Amino acid sequence: MNLGGSFDGSSSSSCSSRLNSKSEHGGDSRPHILAVDDNLLDRKLIEKLLLNSSCKVTTAENGLRALELLGLRDDQPNCSATGSKVNMIITDYCMPGMTGYELLKKIKGSSILKEVPVVIMSSENVPTRINKCLEEGAQMFILKPLKQSDVKKLRCLIY
Amino acid sequence: MEVALMQRRLEDYTKSLFMEGLLDAQFLQLQQLQDDSNPEFVREVVSLFFEDSQKLLNDLTSALDQQIVDFRKVDSYVHQLKGSSSSIGAQRVKNTCIVFRTFCEEQNAEGCVRCLQQVKQEYYLVKTRLETLYRLEQQVVAAGGSIPAVEFNSF
Repeated sequence: MNLGGSFDGSSSSSCSSRLNSKSEHGGDSRPHILAVDDNLLDRKLIEKLLLNSSCKVTTAENGLRALELLGLRDDQPNCSATGSKVNMIITDYCMPGMTGYELLKKIKGSSILKEVPVVIMSSENVPTRINKCLEEGAQMFILKPLKQSDVKKLRCLIY
Repeated sequence: MEVALMQRRLEDYTKSLFMEGLLDAQFLQLQQLQDDSNPEFVREVVSLFFEDSQKLLNDLTSALDQQIVDFRKVDSYVHQLKGSSSSIGAQRVKNTCIVFRTFCEEQNAEGCVRCLQQVKQEYYLVKTRLETLYRLEQQVVAAGGSIPAVEFNSF
C-alpha cells in the first residue's frame, strides 16, 4: 500500500491517486526511495541500509541528477517518470552545487512532488540548519553516520 | 592451526581495534549489514574508504603546499574525509579531522600541516590494521570456519 500521496492526510492530487493505484496493482510493492549524496561511500552505505529494509533504492550523486530522475529538471511535470513512483527522498545537506536544502525547496515547490516526504541527512548537528529544513517541509532530519535504527524510523514515515 | 584458535585470534584482534579507539560502533553497523546476498560488503566499503582517503590526502598535501593556502578548499577536503571516516567507523581519523577543521577555520597553516601529518598517520595505521583483520578473516573462512560476530557490549 502506498501512502506517499496522502502522507499528511490532505486529499491527493489526481496524479498522486494514479501513483497509489500504480503501486497497488504493480508487481513490486516495495517503497521506492531516492537517496542523494555526493559521497560514494555514503551512497553505498545508505543503499545497503535501505535494501536491507526491503526498499527499492535509486541513488543520485547530486541535486541536479536527482531533479533529472524526478522529472523536475526542466520544470516539466511528467507523471510517468521514475520520480513519480518515488515514495521518499533522502538527501545529504552538504553537497557541492545544489545543497540538500535547495533540493528540498525545489521538491516542495513542485505541484507533483510536494507531498513526497523528504528527509535531510547531515554530519553536523546545527540547530539553525535543522530548523530551516523542517520549516521548509522536511519530514525528518537525521545525523550521519546512518544506522539501521535510523532507517527503521524512515520506514515509519512511509507506512 | 585449528579453526577455533584462528577464530579466537580474529576475535581478539577485532576487539583490540575497538579498545584502541581505531574503530567505533559504526564499523559494527557495517558488519551487521553484510549478509549472504552481499558477503563482501564490508570489504567493498572499506576499499572505497581507502581509495577515497588516499585521494583526499593527496589533494590535502598539494593544497597545503601552495604559496597561498586556500583554507576553504582544505576545509572541504577535510570535511569529506571526516564524513567517510565517520561512515565506516574509523574513529581516530574522524577525530583528527575534527581538530583539523578548527585549524582551517582559524586559517592556521602550521596547525593544518601538523594535522595533516597526524591524519596521515592515523589513516595508515587503521588501513594496516583493517588489512590484517581482513587477512585473518580469510584464514578462518579458508579453514572452513565462520567469522564470529562481535558484540559491542563485550568490551
